[in-house]
Amino acid sequence: MDEVLLHDAIDRYLRDEMTEQERAQFENLRNTNPEVDQMVVSQTFFLRELETYDQTKAFANNLQEVETQLQAEGALAPEPQHGKAKVINLWKKYQRTIVVAACIGGFSALCITGLMLAFSPKNNAQIVQLVNKVNNQETSLKAIHQQLNEVKSKIDPKADLKGTGTSFLIDGRGYLITNAHVVKDVSTVFVQNMKGDNFKARIVFENPLQDLAILKIDDSDFHYQGPLPYGIKRGGSDLGESIFTLGYPRPEIVFGEGYLSAITGYNGDSSSYQIYVPANPGNSGGPVLNSKGEVIGILSTKQREADGAVFALKSKNIYMALDSLKRDTTQTYPNIHVSSISIITKLDRSAQIKKIEDYVYMVKGY
Amino acid sequence: MKIGSTDEQLLAGLARNDRKTIEILYKEYFGMVQAFILNNNGSVDDARDIFQETMIVLYEKACSGTFELTAQIKTYLYSVARRLWLKRLQQMQRFGTKVETLEEVVQVDEDLEDHQKKNEAYLMMDKALTRMGEPCKSLLEAYYLQKKSMQEISNDFGYTNADNAKNQKYKCLNRLKKTFFAHFNKSDG
Repeated sequence: MDEVLLHDAIDRYLRDEMTEQERAQFENLRNTNPEVDQMVVSQTFFLRELETYDQTKAFANNLQEVETQLQAEGALAPEPQHGKAKVINLWKKYQRTIVVAACIGGFSALCITGLMLAFSPKNNAQIVQLVNKVNNQETSLKAIHQQLNEVKSKIDPKADLKGTGTSFLIDGRGYLITNAHVVKDVSTVFVQNMKGDNFKARIVFENPLQDLAILKIDDSDFHYQGPLPYGIKRGGSDLGESIFTLGYPRPEIVFGEGYLSAITGYNGDSSSYQIYVPANPGNSGGPVLNSKGEVIGILSTKQREADGAVFALKSKNIYMALDSLKRDTTQTYPNIHVSSISIITKLDRSAQIKKIEDYVYMVKGY
Repeated sequence: MKIGSTDEQLLAGLARNDRKTIEILYKEYFGMVQAFILNNNGSVDDARDIFQETMIVLYEKACSGTFELTAQIKTYLYSVARRLWLKRLQQMQRFGTKVETLEEVVQVDEDLEDHQKKNEAYLMMDKALTRMGEPCKSLLEAYYLQKKSMQEISNDFGYTNADNAKNQKYKCLNRLKKTFFAHFNKSDG
């Protein structure tokens, strides 16, 4: 059958326009020929789609007309929003945005304030301290030239940074040793570990002549840190021994390496060593350790005009200071246990540092 | 159809595309939907759009004949409008906006999926018909939708005889089917 005629037949069949005879014939054809049947089904489906489309379109048109008409009649106007109500509505509409914006604003303000507080005073202090230090040292150098014999006591306390320094535990219960000049003229002392946790500390003992100070961490957040990995050496050390230091010349803990260059300090001071190690303001009070992990000294001063001339108080000074504490009857001092045995003797350098770094604190005098 | 008709009567009217029914539904429920949209970051125009689409969803349900009213028309309309508006908000990338729900809502996800499909088919048919151009479009509409006889069509469109008109009708319908199914299959797979 011709394609066009077949289609027309399907259309007429679906529209019920066939005579009874035609209809019987067509149904017969449909039953015997699956292709024709398929065409009828597909045509039915498509025409239904077309009709649905048409009806939906008519409905949508109706909707639009009704809407336009009702709108013209004013039946669809939203509730009027006048005066105060308008403000309230605006508030309702944007309150989340406002709250979020306010939160972000507040948070940034807090962050900025926090950052300012965290960084500004320190930096300022360091800058001021550096300036002070130079002036002081110039003055003291003049004094040195004038009064050679009195040199030590004058140069020592002023040759290094006062604002911040380094200290290290000599007793796991919270006793730290540092230089007296680090905590000179400060009213409040805070110590900070390498993780950045701050603890309040007080000065237990201070001897400017020896340039030693003992601090005690007085903070509920501080917990006993267990036996120290390093020991404090009682005896002397030999020329040329390789040494290393840990300190806080900046807020980050810094490692420095060198050797023992003289067994006396500035102008033959027998209580100190001269060491060759990078040292900067802030290193004061830091431990000087030998390769066995024994503390042989406390890094304390640096000679300004000579490169690499750094002085460290000999570790036996610590024992001397503690002994003097015990002998002192005017005041009762706590019993501080200091060990001379290092438990990191066999470790390599980086493993030693890993053990030690938790015990080295930054001192911040305010 | 009068104000105060039952929900069943309204649905029946809607299925007949009865203008009066549409008017009643507009008067009764447009305000509710509009208030909802305005309270949730929408404009008056948004409200009109959403209400029209919501009405079409209800119309489709009414026409399907299988619609059993498990909730009041009011609740149903509100639920549909709410879902549609949520979807619109998401498309506009206004994520995180919590939409207030003051009225009771019912599950309408299935209905909306249904509507989505129907709407796609509608848009495809619309596109296909527009593309076809005249006189094909009018010819097919006259025969298949207005159910005019081939004889009438021959006269109206000036064909010399009904066979010519039949020929033309066949060609036009084939073209329409082709475009429609091309779109249809594309979006399907």
